[in-house]
Amino acid sequence: MLESILAVLETILVIFIGALEEGLVYAVMALGVYITYKILDFPDLSVDGTFPLGAAVTATLITKGVSPILTLLISFVIGAFAGMLTGIIHVKFKIRDLLAGIIMMTALYTINLRITGGKSNVPIFMQKTIFNNSFLNGMPEEVQPYLVSIVLFFIVLLMKLLLDLYLKTKSGYLLRAVGDNEMVVTALAKDKGITKIIGLIIANAYVALSGSVYAQKSGYFDIYTGTGTMVMGLASVVIGINLLKKVSFVKATSAVIVGSVIYKICVAIAIYFGLETSDLKLITAVLFFVILVASNDRKRRAKSNA
Amino acid sequence: MLELNKITKYYNPGTVNEMCLFNDFNLSVQNGEFVSVVGSNGSGKTSMLNILCGSIPIDKGSIHVQGSNITNMPEFKRQRKIGRVYQNPAMGTCPNMTILENMSLADNKGKAFNLGWGTNKKRIEYYRENLRSLGLGLEDKLDVPVGSLSGGQRQAMALLMVTMSPIEFLILDEHTAALDPKTAELIMELTDKVVKEKQLTTIMVTHNLRYAVEYGNRLLMMHQGEVIIDASGEEKKHLRIDDLLDKFNQISIECGN
Repeated sequence: MLESILAVLETILVIFIGALEEGLVYAVMALGVYITYKILDFPDLSVDGTFPLGAAVTATLITKGVSPILTLLISFVIGAFAGMLTGIIHVKFKIRDLLAGIIMMTALYTINLRITGGKSNVPIFMQKTIFNNSFLNGMPEEVQPYLVSIVLFFIVLLMKLLLDLYLKTKSGYLLRAVGDNEMVVTALAKDKGITKIIGLIIANAYVALSGSVYAQKSGYFDIYTGTGTMVMGLASVVIGINLLKKVSFVKATSAVIVGSVIYKICVAIAIYFGLETSDLKLITAVLFFVILVASNDRKRRAKSNA
Repeated sequence: MLELNKITKYYNPGTVNEMCLFNDFNLSVQNGEFVSVVGSNGSGKTSMLNILCGSIPIDKGSIHVQGSNITNMPEFKRQRKIGRVYQNPAMGTCPNMTILENMSLADNKGKAFNLGWGTNKKRIEYYRENLRSLGLGLEDKLDVPVGSLSGGQRQAMALLMVTMSPIEFLILDEHTAALDPKTAELIMELTDKVVKEKQLTTIMVTHNLRYAVEYGNRLLMMHQGEVIIDASGEEKKHLRIDDLLDKFNQISIECGN
């Protein structure tokens, strides 16, 4: 009797740790989507391209023997560059936000394949990564199952604190202002277009970094990993912020991270109860639709800006 | 000095709805003048402000500020010297940011928006004092998001924010029109005070004829893209609301209303 209860508990723990890891991997991406969707009020679809961009760059560089930590940094910079292009397409060429993202997303599909040399799948299982190296492998046996979570936790924490700090700077204030009421930015004698581009740069840098972490954790790059990234990120943002909006001491950035983990736990539960992995996108879409209707988020926002 | 020289502005050019609003429109405003502008809807008051601020392009003509040509200067760059308050109280503030954050933003106008701290703690007392001068109790609500304030409070903040940094010109676009009579009165008094204190060159568009007569030292009445009354000095002082109403009636009859 006791043994069977323990067995169930262990299954739950394994599922939970798996979901926690997944949630933390995508949390950095969700922070990026938080910047565009919540702060800038810009539904940025280019993240569907910049997430696998980070993964492609990382997998390719790691097979070439580049240090795993350095690939995080390189992915961050390349993601920033892609974000800048989305921004320029939108601001300088006056293309609508959604379309600017779609253009970038479509272009990145090819770019990602070019980066990997035409391969739609690049395995790095046997390579050194931030999760698989002599330092971590030398840790005691008991902590081994939790190491991935711990590494992820510190990465997410660092990225969250950096974003929190940035949002308290003058530049961060201006970024929040441009999403809140862009006429104020003009009134401050600042170019609102440049401010939006800066927001897209930071957001896509975060997303590409998340893609890099994803590739290193899962041990491969796959061209299709990007599909639905934006919706997943949005779901995390909306779940987190709506669940925790009553808890005033929790910052929105923390709420987004919690949202990402909760989202992955929901997915894990759904799969545990027999749903196929291929059903996931539909579940995400339905879940996302329900949350949006329930919170009526964008409508209220539009009104308060009027 | 502000100068609009031979401004021509068409709306919907090349369509059946093409309309010529301004044809060789000229206006110059001397430094230190407080100009009230009245006129019926569609007479070009707000368009004139939009042209001045660079919110809409012009087809011909030139715009000069203190002698330098700013015709092709983008809107945001012109705002360095211009402060503008809109009719809609929501336009001048960021609703999801707190009063303190809004004040900090306004205080930083003209300086770099870099990675320094957004709010300078040493300035908080100064912001409090400024807010206290409004007499609306906002000084005790520094951490409240501006979106939860009333229209009047937001308009007072908008006025405070645009006049906090050293500007030369104040543009008021029916800035009391959306407020109740008492609040409108308060905002008007605050406006007059700040204009005198900072010696701002001001253009105020209003539908309130009493404000137009009472405040300022020059009055313009516009009609179909032209200035039909331009009174300053003694002439402005003797102008009464009835004179303006007579002129309005006269125009209406001409237009066949």
